[in-house]
Amino acid sequence: MTDHSSDIDSVSGKSTTGHEWDGIKELNTPLPRWWVITFYLTIVWAIGYWVVYPAWPLISSNTTGMFGYSSRADVAVELANLEKIRGDKMVALGAASLADIEKDPALLALARAKGKTVFGDNCAPCHGSGAAGAKGYPNLNDDDWLWGGTLDQIMQTIQFGARSGHAKTHEGQMLAFGKDGVLKPDEIVTVANYVRSLSGLSTRNGFDAAKGAKIFAENCAACHGDAGKGNQELGAPNLTDKIWLYGSDEATLIETISQGRAGVMPAWEGRLDPATIKAMAVYVHSLGGGK
Amino acid sequence: MNKTVNPNELKPADDVGPLYAARKKVYPQSVSGTFRRIKWGLMAICLGVYYFLPFVRWNRGLGAPSQAVLIDLPNSRFYFFFIELWPQEVYYFTGLLIVAAVALFLMNSVGGRIWCGYLCPQTVWTDVFYAVERLIEGDRRERMKKDKSSDPLKLERISEIVLKHSIWLMIAWWTGGAWVLYFNDAPTLVKELVTFQGPMIAYIWIGILTATTYVLAGYMREQVCTYMCPWPRIQAALTDEWALNVTYRYDRGEKRTSVKKAAELRALGEQVGDCVDCYQCVAVCPTGIDIRNGPQMECIQCGLCIDACDNVMAKIGRPKRLIGYDNDINIHRRQEGKPPIYRIVRPRTVVYSAIIAGIGGFMIYMLATRSLLDVNVLHDRNPVAVKLSDGSIRNAYTVRLLNKSGYDRAIAIDVEGPVNPTMHVVGADSVTPDRPIIVIPRDSTSELRLLVTAPAENNPEKSIPVRFHVMDIGLGVAASATDNFVAP
Repeated sequence: MTDHSSDIDSVSGKSTTGHEWDGIKELNTPLPRWWVITFYLTIVWAIGYWVVYPAWPLISSNTTGMFGYSSRADVAVELANLEKIRGDKMVALGAASLADIEKDPALLALARAKGKTVFGDNCAPCHGSGAAGAKGYPNLNDDDWLWGGTLDQIMQTIQFGARSGHAKTHEGQMLAFGKDGVLKPDEIVTVANYVRSLSGLSTRNGFDAAKGAKIFAENCAACHGDAGKGNQELGAPNLTDKIWLYGSDEATLIETISQGRAGVMPAWEGRLDPATIKAMAVYVHSLGGGK
Repeated sequence: MNKTVNPNELKPADDVGPLYAARKKVYPQSVSGTFRRIKWGLMAICLGVYYFLPFVRWNRGLGAPSQAVLIDLPNSRFYFFFIELWPQEVYYFTGLLIVAAVALFLMNSVGGRIWCGYLCPQTVWTDVFYAVERLIEGDRRERMKKDKSSDPLKLERISEIVLKHSIWLMIAWWTGGAWVLYFNDAPTLVKELVTFQGPMIAYIWIGILTATTYVLAGYMREQVCTYMCPWPRIQAALTDEWALNVTYRYDRGEKRTSVKKAAELRALGEQVGDCVDCYQCVAVCPTGIDIRNGPQMECIQCGLCIDACDNVMAKIGRPKRLIGYDNDINIHRRQEGKPPIYRIVRPRTVVYSAIIAGIGGFMIYMLATRSLLDVNVLHDRNPVAVKLSDGSIRNAYTVRLLNKSGYDRAIAIDVEGPVNPTMHVVGADSVTPDRPIIVIPRDSTSELRLLVTAPAENNPEKSIPVRFHVMDIGLGVAASATDNFVAP
C-alpha cells in the first residue's frame, strides 16, 4: 500500500492518490464511512426483496416470496371492492323508474357511464361505437325512431329486439314487392320516385305522380300511412323525413321495394341483467334523440 | 515539489487506499454576538411558523374548512388564507417555485449561502439539537471530554444521555406531528391523535418525520450539507467575485502570532497580523472547518465564526470583523491601500430581482383577476354531427362548469355561432328552453351534456366556430369557451 500521506498536493494541502494524468493529480477524497455502510445496507435490503417478494423467474412460474404477495391478487381485491360499491348503486338503478333516473343527476351519470361501456361491448358492432349507425343499422343519436324513441319504447326494443324470435319482439317487415311478384318493375320505379317526391327529392323525367300515389295507397299506405309518415307500431319508417336507413337514391329504393327489408335487432333480455338494460335505455335516450 | 508517479509504473497494490473515512465528530462551542442573535431570531420565526401555522383559523363560511393553511388531499383543494386553489391551478406553485429558486440565486449573489446558514431546515433543526446538547452535556470541551472518557458510565452521565435523546425525540415527534396537521383540521386531528383514534397514515407520517428529524439533526448534521445536499455544489457555480461571503480577511490577519509577540513587533514598527491563532473560529464552527483556509465547500456561512472572532478582537483591543462578509476584490484593494467597494447593485442582482418582481407580479395579477367561474367544452368525437329528421344539424358537447366560489350559482348558457340555434341540456328541463339555466353547488364542478341544434339552412356546410357563454344570472360573472359546430 502506498503511503498517500507523503504525496501532498501543494495547492489544496490534501493528500493525493498518487495517480497522475498529464500533470493533473487526483486528490484522495475517501467516501464517508456512513455512506459506504449505507450503500452496503441497500444491497442487503435488495436481497431482502428477493426473499419477501416474488422475484426470480422460473421456467414456468416465478418465486412467490415469503408471504405469497401478488399484485394480481391486489387487483382482484380492488375489483371486488369496486363491484361491491357498484353493486349497491346498480341496485338503486334497478329500483328507480326510467323517468326518475333521468331526473336524478347521480343516477343519470351512473346510467350513462354504465350504458356507455355496455353499449361498447354489445351494441357497437352494429350501431357503431358512437351509436351513429350504418346502412341498415339505425343511428341512435337522431330523432327518427323505427320503434319509438321514448324511454319505455327504447327499453322495450332493447329487451325484446326486433324480429329477434323472442315472444315479445317487435314484428313487421318490409315486404319484397318485386321478388314476390306483387309489383311489376315499372311500377316499382314509379313508386320509388313517388317516395322520393314525398321528401322533396328529385324525380325521374316523365314520372307519373298520380300513378305513383295510386300504387303507394294500394300497397304501402297500410304500413307507412297515407301520407308516408310511417308507423312505429310496425317499425315502418317515416318516408317524408331526411333520414334514410338504407339510402334515399332511386337504385336503393328500388332494391328495398323489390327485395324487402327485415333487419334484426337481437333481444337482450336474459343476456343482460335488468338494471343494465335500464342503464342502456337511459344512455341511448340521452344521446340526444330521445323523445 | 510533489512527487510524481508515472501511471504505467503503478502496481495493483498501489490502488489499495482507504475507501472510506470515519467522520470527525464536530463539537461546536457556544458563542454570542450579532449573527448568533440573528440566527436565534430566524430560528424562532421559522419554527414558530412551522409548528403553529396549522392552528391559525380562517373563516370561509359554513361547510368549508376553517384552517388558514390546509392541504386537503381527499377533496383536492389547497387553502391558503383567502386563496383556494384547485388541482388545475397548480401552475401557481410553478410560479412560486421559480420565484423561490431565483430568490435563492439572489441571496447567493448578495450574501452567499444565506439560505444554508440561516434558513435551511437542516441548519435550523441541527441548531436546535446542538442547543439541547449544550444545555444538557455542557459546552465543547466538556462534551469532548465526556465522549473521550473511558470511565465506566455513571448514573449522572446515563441520565444526561437519556435526557438528551428524550428531548431530541420530543422535538422530532413534534416536528412530524406538525407536518400532518397541514393535511387535516389541526385541532380535530390533535384530539384524535392523543386519544389514539387518528388515522393510521397520520401515525405513519409522524413516525417517518420523527425518525428523519432525529437522525438528520441529531446525527447526520453537517454530513447532510457536505455529502447529501446538491445545493452547495450549485452555489459554487452561482457565486461571483462581488458576492459577499463569510471571509477571513488575510490582508489583516497574516502573519498570525500571539498577542504578546504582536504587541512587541508592533512596538518595533513591524507589519504583523491581527489573527492570534486562538482557534475560536474553528471551535464554534458547526461544520468543523477552518475559515482561514479560504472559501470552502463545507462552509454553510452561518456567521458564527464572525461572532467568535469579534469577541476575541474586542478582548485584545483590535478592530472587529477580522472575519466578516467580504470578498477577494476588497482584500486585494485593501492590500493595495485602496478603500473597499461593495457592489450590491450589479447586473445579476438586478436581473434576479427583475425576474422575481416580474413573475411575482404576474402571479399576483393572475390570482387577483382569476375567475371563480369557469367553463370547459369538449365536442363529441363520435359522431361529430347528427342529421335530424327535419334535416337540421345537431352537435353534442360535454360542458364542464366550475364554480370555485363559496356559494351556489345559477348559470345561464348561451351559444353564439350557428344561425337560429336551439339548446338542450340532457337530464335538465329548463324553464327557459332556449337558454338553459343550471344550478351548480358551491365549490364544485358539474358536467353536462349539451345538445346544440341548428337548421341546415343558413348554416355553412362544413365547420364554424362556436362560443359558449356561461353567466351567473345573479352576479353577472361570466366565462366562455370555444369549440366548433360541424355539419355531417
